[in-house]
Amino acid sequence: MASNDTDLTTRPSVAVHAPGSTAAGAETTTAPVMQLRDVSVYYGSYEAVRGTSMPIQQNQVTAMIGPSGCGKSTVLRALNRMNDPIPGARVSGDVLYHGQDLYARDVDPIQVRRRIGMVFQKPNPFPKSIYDNVAYGLRINGIKGRLDDHVEAALTQAALWDEVKDKLRKSALALSGGQQQRLCIARTIAVKPEVILMDEPCSALDPIATAKIEDLMFELTNDYTIVIVTHNMQQAARVSHYTAFFTAEVDDKQVRHGRLVEFSQTGKLFTNPADKRTEDYITGRFG
Amino acid sequence: MTVTAAPATRPTADRPDLTRAALSGRRRFTNRLATAAIWGAVLLAVVPLALVTYTVVSKGAGVMSPSFLTEDIPNSYRRVGGGMAPAIIGTLLITGAAALMAIPLGVFGAIYLNEYGKQRPLARLIRLMADVMTGVPSIVMGLFIYIAWVRLVGQFTGFAGALALACLMLPVVIRSSEEMLRLVPEELRQASMALGARKWKTTLTVVLPAAISGITSGSLLAVARAAGETAPIIIVTGIAFSPNWNLFDGSNTALPAQIFRNASTSFPAAQDRAWGAALTLIVIVLGFTIIARFISSRFAIKER
Ligand SMILES: Nc1ncnc2c1ncn2[C@@H]1O[C@H](COP(=O)(O)OP(=O)(O)OP(=O)(O)O)[C@@H](O)[C@H]1O
Ligand SMILES: [Mg+2]
Repeated sequence: MASNDTDLTTRPSVAVHAPGSTAAGAETTTAPVMQLRDVSVYYGSYEAVRGTSMPIQQNQVTAMIGPSGCGKSTVLRALNRMNDPIPGARVSGDVLYHGQDLYARDVDPIQVRRRIGMVFQKPNPFPKSIYDNVAYGLRINGIKGRLDDHVEAALTQAALWDEVKDKLRKSALALSGGQQQRLCIARTIAVKPEVILMDEPCSALDPIATAKIEDLMFELTNDYTIVIVTHNMQQAARVSHYTAFFTAEVDDKQVRHGRLVEFSQTGKLFTNPADKRTEDYITGRFG
Repeated sequence: MTVTAAPATRPTADRPDLTRAALSGRRRFTNRLATAAIWGAVLLAVVPLALVTYTVVSKGAGVMSPSFLTEDIPNSYRRVGGGMAPAIIGTLLITGAAALMAIPLGVFGAIYLNEYGKQRPLARLIRLMADVMTGVPSIVMGLFIYIAWVRLVGQFTGFAGALALACLMLPVVIRSSEEMLRLVPEELRQASMALGARKWKTTLTVVLPAAISGITSGSLLAVARAAGETAPIIIVTGIAFSPNWNLFDGSNTALPAQIFRNASTSFPAAQDRAWGAALTLIVIVLGFTIIARFISSRFAIKER
């Protein structure tokens, strides 16, 4: 195994609000779970995101905000090597997870994704039963026996158990959109990743379902580290501890690149942004 | 209620006319024409189908009997009676063996094309070859197997027929299965990948189950078509008058070949047997189709 130094069962619980500092590379009491160092992502010869550096703190929610097309999803996918299958996609710089570069030659992307899970924008349950959806990750990871307990635990943690406990063998596709998304979260946490990446997980949901998922995220920080991409600034302000603001900039060759403009604690970023562009964006003055 | 009490009278500005009469005459005419054309096309398609079915059933039902299904084929075309058992057994064995060869190979080929090869040069070449192979006339495939297999082993066998049918089925299975795999949403593959599944595992446990109903019905339609192939059977399996359960030794026969041979004689008894064989073949193919429908509907219910 590439990264068996990461014991997933006895993770120390960390104080939720780590005393942070002000700028990117915030110094906290614990070392960050993940650290991006000068990360650029390319699609073929196109540099979609340029020179991003930021930490992902343990048991915290880190939000990524910014205008459409600035490369939030691209950076998010770079965190668990979901860009790998895209032809021509390439990452430069270091994406460190507990100090190891995820893009090092001997790292197995499968091991990476088992520890860093992902929830997608559109709910994408498998066309299987609710039970099989949650059990899927357990089965492929060879977790045997007591499957029922694991499934129940995951569904409970995803705040879905009460709604589905009587129809576990029914198709997951019969659930509502919000339920499907919570099922996808349950499916992801069933395999107990350390980090959960969420790409606009609420964009297809109504306010009530969104509220449920936001509450859920708060609960989940007891056990997991969360990175969320969102277009909804109120949401970022509500759920996250740290916020990264990205924007797209045109360089001297008239090519657009995504750039990280500002990374800091959420409260500070929204009340007292250091950068003019951040201020313009969060106050809605952005074009 | 006021709405029902006041029938559609004169339309006014605030009460638009929603009846069909509001359409212009030209649009109403076009609509009628299109409807008539569609009904005409349906009739045109159904009439020959009904006539074929009627003729085969009415002429074949006369000879149909338990003994027709169980007795050997008479050595002489002239002789009355006898049955088609050797050809029924031959059809089932040869088509079955062909399906066993072509379906797994074709499905694996489709998995390679859609999940691994994608737009690579090798994959595109295979796709092109499959398309070309689809267009090869069955008699040419028969001659190919005659040269490549029958001459090699030195005798006509049922297996040679199965080889020829498998070669005819293979491209159809590959292409129809690939289409079905292509319909599986990319999101499902990503979801599985994000859970730490390896590619083959994703393919086996997510993609294939999601596409299996379409693959099944596509494959069984290919089987049904192959069951009716005549030319390659005549060329490579020889002729048999009693059941030959061994595909690898000795000549064999199949229903389409018997239809051809018996129908092209001038003896009424043989012609009756040809009609009987035709009816049997249609029933067998119908059976395949029903099985295909049944299997795909079973899977479809699970998906809902
Ligand atoms: N698979 C791909 N191939 C080529 N270019 C891509 C691909 N995916 C994204 N891009 C490009 O990379 C840039 C960043 O895209 P990305 O999807 O990361 O933006 P985003 O910030 O997530 O936008 P949104 O908020 O609309 O989801 C865009 O210019 C986009 O066109
Ligand atoms: Mg995006």
